[in-house]
Amino acid sequence: MNIVNDFSIQVATPNGSGSQTSNLVLLRSLFKMGIPSSGKNLFPSNIQGMPTWYTIRCSQEGYVARRDSIQIMILMNPETALQDINNIQPGGVCLYPETAKYNFDREDITYYKMPVKRLAKESGVSSALRPYVSNMVYVGVLASVLGIDLLEIENALSWHFKGRQKLVDTNMPIIQAAFDWSRQNITKTDPFQVERTNLTDGIVMVDGNLAAALGAIYGGVTVMAWYPITPSTSLADSLTQYASLLRHDNNGHATYSIIQAEDELAAAGMIIGAGWAGARAMTATSGPGISLMSEFAGFGYYAEIPAVIWDVQRVGPSTGLPTRVSQGDLTACHWSSHGDTEHICLLPGNVAECFEFGWRAFDIAEQYQTPVFVLSDLDLGMNNWMTKPFSYPDKPMDRGKVLTADQVLENGFKRYLDLDGDGIPYRTLPGTLANGASYFTRGSGHNESAKYSEDPQDYITNMSRLRHKIDSSRETLPAPIIEQIKTANIGFLGFGSTDPAIIEARDRLADIGVESSYMRVRALPTSLKVSEFIAAHDRVYVIEMNIEGQLHKLLQIKSPELATKLISLAHCDGLPLTASWVVNQILEQERGPNGKIRQ
Amino acid sequence: MAKSGNNTNLIGLEKQDYKGSPTTLCAGCGHNSISSQIITAAFELGLQPEQVVKISGIGCSSKSPAYFMNRSFSFNSVHGRMPSVASGAMLANKDLVTIGISGDGDTGSIGIGQFKHALRRNTPMLYIVENNGVYGLTKGQFSVTADEGQNLKYYGKNDLPPLDLCLEAIVADCGFVARSFAGDPKQVRPLLKAAISYGGAAFLDIISPCVAFNNTSDSTKGYDWVKEHDDPLHDITYIPVQEEITTQYEPGETSTVTLHDGSQIVLRKLDESYDPKDKLGAIQALHNSNSEESLLTGLIYYNPDRPNLIQTENLVESPLAHLTTDALRPSEDSLSQIMSGL
Repeated sequence: MNIVNDFSIQVATPNGSGSQTSNLVLLRSLFKMGIPSSGKNLFPSNIQGMPTWYTIRCSQEGYVARRDSIQIMILMNPETALQDINNIQPGGVCLYPETAKYNFDREDITYYKMPVKRLAKESGVSSALRPYVSNMVYVGVLASVLGIDLLEIENALSWHFKGRQKLVDTNMPIIQAAFDWSRQNITKTDPFQVERTNLTDGIVMVDGNLAAALGAIYGGVTVMAWYPITPSTSLADSLTQYASLLRHDNNGHATYSIIQAEDELAAAGMIIGAGWAGARAMTATSGPGISLMSEFAGFGYYAEIPAVIWDVQRVGPSTGLPTRVSQGDLTACHWSSHGDTEHICLLPGNVAECFEFGWRAFDIAEQYQTPVFVLSDLDLGMNNWMTKPFSYPDKPMDRGKVLTADQVLENGFKRYLDLDGDGIPYRTLPGTLANGASYFTRGSGHNESAKYSEDPQDYITNMSRLRHKIDSSRETLPAPIIEQIKTANIGFLGFGSTDPAIIEARDRLADIGVESSYMRVRALPTSLKVSEFIAAHDRVYVIEMNIEGQLHKLLQIKSPELATKLISLAHCDGLPLTASWVVNQILEQERGPNGKIRQ
Repeated sequence: MAKSGNNTNLIGLEKQDYKGSPTTLCAGCGHNSISSQIITAAFELGLQPEQVVKISGIGCSSKSPAYFMNRSFSFNSVHGRMPSVASGAMLANKDLVTIGISGDGDTGSIGIGQFKHALRRNTPMLYIVENNGVYGLTKGQFSVTADEGQNLKYYGKNDLPPLDLCLEAIVADCGFVARSFAGDPKQVRPLLKAAISYGGAAFLDIISPCVAFNNTSDSTKGYDWVKEHDDPLHDITYIPVQEEITTQYEPGETSTVTLHDGSQIVLRKLDESYDPKDKLGAIQALHNSNSEESLLTGLIYYNPDRPNLIQTENLVESPLAHLTTDALRPSEDSLSQIMSGL
């Protein structure tokens, strides 16, 4: 029986060999044939020579989480071949270069040899380019074996090379030659194939860092300061690329500034200085940068300065696994800095939310006059995801409580006075031309008039107001996404890029009679709906990609009366979460002493 | 708001409008003299106080923005990080006048990186280091500008050579590098005015004695030593844009420097051979001065040709902070186009 549009392909290569083009072309061709697809790059912290894997999942049902079983393996890296071959599911396929001397002993898979060197040589491209075009051979062979439309491959090549025909003409003949060779020499005995559908009509494919950059641009970012760090660098790169197209006036002058700072400390200082002076300021970084920015984060919280900090999370602590994914910075961001702080955190779970929170974060930061963290991660940020086209912001920029010179002259001004009872004071921007508009911003103790104060009551008043201010944000921040099943005894709680794995796991569990509700948290501090959700279920599993169960602990602290209902399912091995892991964990937990699932 | 009369400046304000809160620094602290020179310079230049931002780091010097120009905006930031905050503020609003106040610890130790990078970017700001060679707020540790071999009460002998912040500034390609002494208001004031008018990063290293911890007769940061060893390069006169040069000088005796805003400084040479536009000459002069145990003061290095950060960034005419949704949010059509191109 044929297996149509439902399998995972893995390409194993040494990094720096130029396989990224081949892999992205394959992904885009499949996607453009209407097959719901996702691609994940598992790469080392290295420029050339270390093992890299690229996984493409096709799923007729539209599941896009990583799958740990591989059906089709392309072995281009002798170093990992023996390990890779064991990861192929029984009944799967292994493609490898005919010159490779592998001693495979598995008899439950199909082998196809590919004349990689020969076709690359015959292509006539220079020997220097040959290693790169060699990767096009597996594109052609795979197209033949699976039935991928060569026209879609050519379109994808052209898209990838931004229409530069010369580059298409260098690569396409090799793909065609490999395709033709395969048609004549390979007798297909495996069950896998693709068929065109309309399931991706109206859908686009984009990575979360580009989505975030676009969100920032449409959110009116004016100052971006950053320091290169994987996996956030492409956010800054995309911002640079698109701002240069979208954000100049008629005279060609920029309505933004992007500064590559000398380090993350300086990047944080620049956005705090810029936010103070009235810019929509942001930075993008990852864990080590978050650590360096913590002093300024506390300053921004205490002195009440808007700024947006994107944390594209990777595995920590320390250098950790710099090119692998985790959700390990949740508490580090929420409570960043010495002293008592609690920062607003936005938690996008898909690329559309990366765009939306990209612009919304500025409104929230200016509304609450505080640094706002947005926690994306490597999987969301650097990999390609299907999405509906992004929605244009549905409201104008909200600059928060900023007084004009006239307002100051009319009503006077005290920087840290809670006039409205919401904990949010009024501010003026430097350069506001009214006697009385200025104030003294400081990280040291201050009173309502922003004067230096070590008075115990001033400190308490100020800190209580800040507490109240952050609390007052909880129901205005992006609300949790809730799918509540009335008959379900258990609930799942998660955030961020684990969403696809949880969705798939719930379906698979439901198939075997285990019903579950699901709440995806999208901001900290959490809405009261979170405690309602926990209260409405017997057991709530908090699923997250870190070791300590950070969201689990945070919710236990915030809702101690519900703490015993919360069960932590925390897992972090550097790879995106799979549905299988979730299903197995739930079954283990839900199975009673008699081996039966609890009801 | 504007007043007129003999005691008012170009924009109709009195000197009182540039004053700060009473100082909490020690009596006799050099920083207080610098604060009062800033007050005078800002008053005489006719700066709009609300258009001025005073940004500092942490330390005694960084407290001093509270003691001048109360009508200006102020930002007492994080230790060693004044330059990044100032850079951000200038990017947000290029029309601000930024006065950065720092100390030798705040700039030379914890902040040496940000110091050099802000100068390298040519961030438009007056960058003052109130240099006393010692940590005051933490009670008397050596700073990075302390003299080699110097002895202090609690911390004993300093074994390490000092950093010369003017040398560091020149090497970082700062285009306005000057040194002065808090006890010499006649020199400090025109240098402050010139630095504010420069249009890029202007660095002023002002020796500012710490009477509590480092004012011994053998300290190169003490009042007595500086008075004895001060070696000014020139007498400096600042000529605002509106005024003409009236004093007659002998040819060859003076040189005139025209600043970014059209104002000028006239340098009456005390050292015939010195040319502040000669970078290597400036470095050599600082080196010689350090080995001869004298204090070279005046405009040490000047280069008007580097574009400042705002120019490098090619920013629009209106400050970024003033731009509204219309100017900042691209059209809905443009988003649709991007989406269809994905």
